[in-house]
Amino acid sequence: MNDQPLIDIRDVSFSYAGPPVLEHVDLQVREGEFLGIVGPNAGGKSTLLKLILGLLEADTGRVRVLGRRPADASRSLGYVPQYPSFPRDFPISVEQVVQLGRINARAPTGWRGMLWPSRLSRADRLAARTALTEVEADDLAQRQIASLSGGQLQRVLLARALVSDPQILILDEPTANIDQRLESDIFDLLRELNRRMTILVVSHDIGFVSTYVNRVACINRTLVCHHTDAIDGQVIQDLYGEKVRMVAHSH
Amino acid sequence: MEFLTALAEHTFLQIAVAAALLASIGCGVMGTYVVVKRIAFLAGGIAHSVLGGMGAAVYYDFDPLGGALVAAIVAALLIGWVRLRWRAQEDTLIGALWAIGMAIGILFIAKSPGYQADLMSYLFGNILLVPQQSLWFMLLLDAVLLLLVGLYHRQLLAVTFDEEFARLRGVPVTFFYLLLLVMVAVTVVLLIQVVGLILVLALLTLPAAVAGHYVHSLGRIMLLATLLGSLLSVSGLALSYQPDLPAGPTIILLAGAVYVFSAVFIRLRSLRQVHTARSAQSSHKEEP
Repeated sequence: MNDQPLIDIRDVSFSYAGPPVLEHVDLQVREGEFLGIVGPNAGGKSTLLKLILGLLEADTGRVRVLGRRPADASRSLGYVPQYPSFPRDFPISVEQVVQLGRINARAPTGWRGMLWPSRLSRADRLAARTALTEVEADDLAQRQIASLSGGQLQRVLLARALVSDPQILILDEPTANIDQRLESDIFDLLRELNRRMTILVVSHDIGFVSTYVNRVACINRTLVCHHTDAIDGQVIQDLYGEKVRMVAHSH
Repeated sequence: MEFLTALAEHTFLQIAVAAALLASIGCGVMGTYVVVKRIAFLAGGIAHSVLGGMGAAVYYDFDPLGGALVAAIVAALLIGWVRLRWRAQEDTLIGALWAIGMAIGILFIAKSPGYQADLMSYLFGNILLVPQQSLWFMLLLDAVLLLLVGLYHRQLLAVTFDEEFARLRGVPVTFFYLLLLVMVAVTVVLLIQVVGLILVLALLTLPAAVAGHYVHSLGRIMLLATLLGSLLSVSGLALSYQPDLPAGPTIILLAGAVYVFSAVFIRLRSLRQVHTARSAQSSHKEEP
């Protein structure tokens, strides 16, 4: 059972009404990995994430997340977008934003769940507090999101992704809009989180990212390189096997 | 003062005040969503296409308010559905529906003998002519709105704040987005009674926009906007009474004046805060 990849992408191609953005991409992510996805701008990194999240559907090929269709698995994923997909001046507090990450956590599936009135429970409040503490942003709980700096907002978005206790955490350029010192803070935090969840992080900075992640996938329309660094002794065997396989593939 | 004595005497004024208060509940609660979700133009499209339904109801001799409600809901669903399917054409479609709805309404009204005079009261409202049974209808619509907001405020917040994230959390975004638009449509019908469909947009957005200057959570904005809406519509009614001005435009001008005043006040206050912060900084620098 453990050999089953959490994310299984087979021969996937995708285009937005134009030239292909992704072509014949194969990628498997296993439990406990910390995968860095790097590549040039407009190389298809964010598109790949959106396919995994079920926000986009592949033209051809197959994407499976936790053995299910991406849209059915999205509740088990945590997602930190590159650009916040909400207006920064929305009247809402940090605490409320994080609590929204727990919406629908207990709703039944099907159309009954659709009409399920979502109440904020004590457990939701507590989980939001814990998530904010984990990203060291508990002092921001009562602040309006409009008053946050870029780095503070990034922590809050991370807390919102963590509050539902996801199996896989997916981050799109989590440090693009913040300064370098904060960048290593965030990645130290991700390394800590990697003990209990699988992490995919998109970055344009291959040098920086490779010191943290235990595998790198380079995307530029196709998967052009697939490099493994054995960092963690526990998974060294797995990863080494993976690397050998990848080399064999490319020749 | 004269308004107060008249209010005690005349039933039509009491009904007018009751209608203003009932409309304020819808305008405060749903206006908040319209302002924070930035769908004022969309609400305007719904409001104007309502004339089509009202005209048809008048022509076929149904209750105009019922016709308005049906037209508003159909327009809301149509606009919402197109927005979710073909994002790019949203504003063109709203503009088209805006004009087509009005054109249909004007044609129907022109062909309904004896109803021409009513056109003005649909366009600009006449709060002094609200029939008593309309109050019950308005009360019912308010109750439905409050019930839905009470049950689904978290889903509505999630969909208003961040649709993409709500979708990832398994919230049925399409359903709640369309529900939100239908609720806005219902509010539009409520407000048409008071200020007419041309001025609905102002009463829907201005109280919530002013409230948003001072409080910063959806619940508080709703509460303050409802209070402001009540205050503005009743005092507009009172102001218009003695000089015999039309009530709708008086209410809107009052709301507009309060909005402009508040926006300028907020701007000056934030400028002064920046200035104070700067001078505090520079005086620190001079100290050593």
